[in-house]
Amino acid sequence: MDETALQRDFDATIDADDRIEPRDWMPDAYRQTLIRQIAQHAHSEIIGMQPEGNWITRAPSLKRKAILMAKVQDEAGHGLYLYSAAETLGVSRDELLDKLHTGRQRYSSIFNYPTITWADMGAIGWLVDGAAIMNQVPLCRCSYGPYARAMIRICKEESFHQRQGFELLLTLSNGTAEQKAMAQDAVNRWWWPSLMMFGPPDSESTHSEQSMRWGIKRFSNDELRQRFVDASVPQAEILGLTLPDPQLRFNSETGHYEYGDIDWSEFKRILAGDGPCNAQRMAHRVKAHTDGAWVREAAAAYADKRAAREEGAA
Amino acid sequence: MSSEWPLWEVFVRSRRGLSHVHSGSLHAPDAELALRNARDLYTRRQEGVSIWVVRADDITASSPDEKDPFFETASDKPYRHPTFYELPDELAHM
Repeated sequence: MDETALQRDFDATIDADDRIEPRDWMPDAYRQTLIRQIAQHAHSEIIGMQPEGNWITRAPSLKRKAILMAKVQDEAGHGLYLYSAAETLGVSRDELLDKLHTGRQRYSSIFNYPTITWADMGAIGWLVDGAAIMNQVPLCRCSYGPYARAMIRICKEESFHQRQGFELLLTLSNGTAEQKAMAQDAVNRWWWPSLMMFGPPDSESTHSEQSMRWGIKRFSNDELRQRFVDASVPQAEILGLTLPDPQLRFNSETGHYEYGDIDWSEFKRILAGDGPCNAQRMAHRVKAHTDGAWVREAAAAYADKRAAREEGAA
Repeated sequence: MSSEWPLWEVFVRSRRGLSHVHSGSLHAPDAELALRNARDLYTRRQEGVSIWVVRADDITASSPDEKDPFFETASDKPYRHPTFYELPDELAHM
């Protein structure tokens, strides 16, 4: 088939809201967009283990420690589901890791903020995972089959992440005045970065329109951000905590909450590498990979030796 | 740089009475570690009672193009379906 016919088949599949599978023909730009997006998503899960891993040894109880470990294990798992999905597009695992380690592919800028108190574990679960879920649920219907399937699994597991964070904050909020202040401080620090997780405003978003056409993206950045704000305000009330935005108010005409201006210069600065933890996150990631090299090599050597022995015996 | 561990496809039986279903894939140096990794990756919440792992390279697939004349032969045989046959209404259960 010539390229025009292949493109026509591809467009028809997309228009019918059917799924594209790995061995289908697809336009190169579609493939590259997916690789970029899935890789960035996978890297975010892997780097996202660090801010929370920071508190595992200092969790206030065995129960909280077990929960936090389970959550960090899930992030690792989510990273692996996503790397596998990206690999179906013809890119290798080594190549993806190499691009992360050399800064040629990004991860979400939210993980470049430090986790300075225990309450940050709650705020991350409630707000950061909450924003992630808002972004990820529509991806369960993404036009690329392997990505959509990975997202279904991830969304199922992610729900516990948000609930445990909310419960953690609620416990602190109902605790001593000092504990409540700690919870409020964490919410104050994580609210605005969480709003930035939805990406630049629609007027400045570079990839959005094409991604919508391809069924990779289903809602715009601003639409999802608004949904997140609308969901979070009543949740904050239940927590007995406030959101750090004096302009936040309910508009009874639109039925939505209006919020203040987001400081996009901060977002751009962190994206460019100048956040509080960019260097630390990257250095830790590269060290973990380098330190693990001998384990990977030993396991491969052992597998080779056993395979050779079995061949000799046969 | 060492060569990458091979890719394995993972199939999980969620409970007795059901067949194994494809869950996803992973990298591992050998079958034994592929099974252990599969347990950690795909059954963290009791999703399975049995796992198969298969080297991705060992799978033979029908065709590179998923829209395939390979399956055409079934499309003109509606008489293979029970709904093809028009039977009298008074015939209650058949």
